[in-house]
Amino acid sequence: MLSIRNLSKTFSSAGEPAHVLRGVNLDLKAGERVALTGESGSGKSTLLHLIAGLDAADGGTIRLEDVEVTNLSDAGRAALRRDRIGLVFQQFNLIPSLSVADNLAFQARIAGRHDAAWMKELIERLGLGPLLKRYPEQLSGGQQQRIAIGRALATKPSLLLADEPTGNLDEATAEDVLALTRDLVARTGCGFLMVTHSMHLAGTLDRHLTLHAGRIA
Amino acid sequence: MRRALWILAVLLSHWRRHKMQFATLLVGLIAATALWSGVQAINQQARSAYDRAAATFGGTRTAMLVAPNATTFSQDLFVKLRRAGWPVSPALEGRVQINGRSVRLLGIEPVTLPVEIGNAPRLGASDLGSFVAPPGQTLVARETLRDLQETEGAAPPISNGARLPPLRVLPQLVPEVLVVDIGVAQRLLNKPDQLSRLLIGKPKSKPAPLASIVGDQLQLIEPTAETELERLTDSFHLNLTAFGLLSFFVGLFIVNSAVGLAFEQRLPMLRTLRACGASARLVNTVLVVELVALALVAGLIGLVCGYFIAAALLPDVAASLRGLYGAQIPGQLSLRPEWWLAGIGISIAGALVAATTSLIKAIRMPVLTTAQPRAWQQRQRRWLILQSCAAGVVFALALLLLRYGESLIAGFGVLAALMLGAALILPALLELLLLAGQWTARRPLALWFWADSRQQLSGLSLALMALLLALAVNVGVSTMVETFSRTFIGWLNGRLAADVYISASDNAQGTAIRNWLKERSDVQAVLSGGRAEVQLQGQPVELFGLPDHALYHERWPLLEAAPRAWTRLVPGNAAFISEQLSRRLNVRVGDVVEVPAPSGSWELDIVGIYADYGNPRGQLTVNVAALIRQFPQTPQTRIGLIVPREKIPGLIAALQKQFALGDRSVADQATVKAESIRIFNRTFAVTSALNAFTLGVAGIALFTSLLTLANSRLPQLAPLWAIGITRPRLAAIELTKTLSVALFTSLLAVPLGLLVAWCLIAIVNVKAFGWRLPFHVFPLQLIELVTVALLASLLAALLPVIRLARMQPASLVKVFANER
Repeated sequence: MLSIRNLSKTFSSAGEPAHVLRGVNLDLKAGERVALTGESGSGKSTLLHLIAGLDAADGGTIRLEDVEVTNLSDAGRAALRRDRIGLVFQQFNLIPSLSVADNLAFQARIAGRHDAAWMKELIERLGLGPLLKRYPEQLSGGQQQRIAIGRALATKPSLLLADEPTGNLDEATAEDVLALTRDLVARTGCGFLMVTHSMHLAGTLDRHLTLHAGRIA
Repeated sequence: MRRALWILAVLLSHWRRHKMQFATLLVGLIAATALWSGVQAINQQARSAYDRAAATFGGTRTAMLVAPNATTFSQDLFVKLRRAGWPVSPALEGRVQINGRSVRLLGIEPVTLPVEIGNAPRLGASDLGSFVAPPGQTLVARETLRDLQETEGAAPPISNGARLPPLRVLPQLVPEVLVVDIGVAQRLLNKPDQLSRLLIGKPKSKPAPLASIVGDQLQLIEPTAETELERLTDSFHLNLTAFGLLSFFVGLFIVNSAVGLAFEQRLPMLRTLRACGASARLVNTVLVVELVALALVAGLIGLVCGYFIAAALLPDVAASLRGLYGAQIPGQLSLRPEWWLAGIGISIAGALVAATTSLIKAIRMPVLTTAQPRAWQQRQRRWLILQSCAAGVVFALALLLLRYGESLIAGFGVLAALMLGAALILPALLELLLLAGQWTARRPLALWFWADSRQQLSGLSLALMALLLALAVNVGVSTMVETFSRTFIGWLNGRLAADVYISASDNAQGTAIRNWLKERSDVQAVLSGGRAEVQLQGQPVELFGLPDHALYHERWPLLEAAPRAWTRLVPGNAAFISEQLSRRLNVRVGDVVEVPAPSGSWELDIVGIYADYGNPRGQLTVNVAALIRQFPQTPQTRIGLIVPREKIPGLIAALQKQFALGDRSVADQATVKAESIRIFNRTFAVTSALNAFTLGVAGIALFTSLLTLANSRLPQLAPLWAIGITRPRLAAIELTKTLSVALFTSLLAVPLGLLVAWCLIAIVNVKAFGWRLPFHVFPLQLIELVTVALLASLLAALLPVIRLARMQPASLVKVFANER
């Protein structure tokens, strides 16, 4: 489903080129759950951003199902994110001025794929029923991250990308949130690629990859 | 479409959670639109009144024939021209007095009146008979009927005892004019077979040359696009427009501040929208749509407010225009559709201009930009340098305009550049001051005070710029008005030399009054004056006849004079010239002016220049006896009297009783002076109101900036609270910080304001009105204005500070929580 070949990315830091990714190759099947670890600055987040089309690669290819991501324009990449990818960030990135219910439905509405029955199931599974009318600032970190996961899965994406989704949560909450995510990913059958620093959480997924010096070790 | 609407709903949800910020944005737009539209409404009202005047039965919008050196000519010339195929129509003009009020009487001949006379009120076929056939009709504007205290259908008497035909209201007619049939006008004005001008229609075929029919007895005057009144009042309207523009920009400061802050706060939202698949193009389009929609709503509210502002100011503006230029502006506001459209347009354009920086940032924002609210603070130093460079360029432009600019527009350009440069350099100056404070601080809290003030500066700088501009304009205009007021009163005391002023209805009454006065022992001197009108270099100029009396020598103020100026005036070959006319004609003391008189050219040596404030027309003052010799038709109806103070009331009462003179026809010096000062004060009432509005808007700008900044300042304040500084103390420190930067700004506004006053006095007034005032500084007034600015700042800072003082500890604790 996801196929990455020879992916490279270089940033300029204080006038010096920093080769963050140096020919990354990666394959991910539908329904597969993969953890990506690596030391700080190894390029984990950069790889996730390139897959999501948030940034453009310098070389190599990324193919998601039948789409060549690296060939897409800005608008094409936006459409890809909207229709086929779910994104979860460490900082939750909820919209503070929208209620929980509106935040959950947010991406699905933008994609024009709002499914009331699926939304109801998501709310139930994520335990967000009593919180729907609240605003993000009134919730705990765990609750906010559950909303972010619900929002990402509301469109039933082909691929769920999570960048340190438990980085701001305590250990017990992190376990809960990840368990919920695994269940929902299994329910939708989408691929799941998670960047994490936690070896323990990485071990709970199907496969564990490590990024080192810009390459998959 | 649904996607766009959903994104719009998401963007709008921000305002639901930030109601005060939303109110700020709307208040800014409403204030900007209201003040600008209000001023434009007044200008439009005045200009449409000028148009009416110009188009009234042969105003300056119609080609016409006039006698070159006389006010009237024989009706035979009209007959000759008609026979030769010239499509001319006769008109006779003069003044009559009704109920003590002088009104213009215009006689027309409706049958031959050219159809091309612009938008002149037309007489219907059915009305034509009643207008021409005895007793005829007197057409009058509704406001004139009201001013004359008459009713429709009445036939009021004029001063010579004759009666006007019955009055009939013609709504489109210009005020202060009565229109009658030409025959009636000749009878009422006692000018049988005489005409003032011939209006020219479109000829069907080319008629014989004018000179071959009437020789040089008549002169062709081509129609002009701009009337004399429009030229005279241009500067007044430009002044108003400049004020409107300033208020508009101060309003936009608020909008810019609100939009900028909203953008910074919405950065994470925009990033999330993009991350969730909304394209940059769609998000940016919706951002613009949102702004335009808000501007539309605010523009409509602003227009309604602008209408009320204009309606409130119009009576004073009308009084000013009447007092300064003799222009008649209806007191009731009537607005055209283009005013509404222009108002909405300016609101949308203003909103887009104010939001340009934010919109460009949004367009250029890479989706991966980390959300950094108020990240622009970090670029403060670079901005300060850039702004200071821009200020330098603008100041250089001001100097160039000052050196090489000749027009009134260039004068306003100097003012605008001066103020823009000062606003741009303000943050850098404040930064230097605060940095100096930080260097001298020793105690930790004091150090934090200065450092935090510097950090806060970027968020407050726009509001402080607005305060600087508003206060500088207040200082400048108040100084100019006060200078003018004192100069004017001093000048008036000199000019109003006589103790009693009489205006007789005609020469016969004038002679009778003079003869009667000779018998009165309480009258020490009778000073008869006279006025005539001539054209000099195409401009109307008033010849003012002054009697030879020692009182004038002692009290009449002269700005410049040749030796023995008063003595040289007596024989009749010398004149004083008003300051504005001397500038217009570029004439100095020692030059010679040739005045066209009925008997030929009258050469006058210029022996003095005098101030003539408030007179839109140029004036030459000559000896009255010489004036009457050169212009025998000069009405001798103006009489001044020297009377012991205690005998004035008795004499006035006796005059009124003997000659049935109204209050308008006889008045003592104190009454005339009080009336002049009243007119003067009304002239500047509009300026004062706009001054107050501008300062008020600047106060709102400061208030809204402080309020919107208050929330984002919690991370700076919470650590101090955590280490043991109480909330009330924190609030007091915040208040002190705001007041200190406001005080610095106000103190910088004082020299800037004085510079503005100098520009107004030395450049704008000279170019606009033709007179130069002495420059004075009024320290008490400056202290008063700075105090008002500080009070406004105190009021603006109060609400955020009270909120901080009462803030729940939980809100401050949140700053330290990860789960904010």
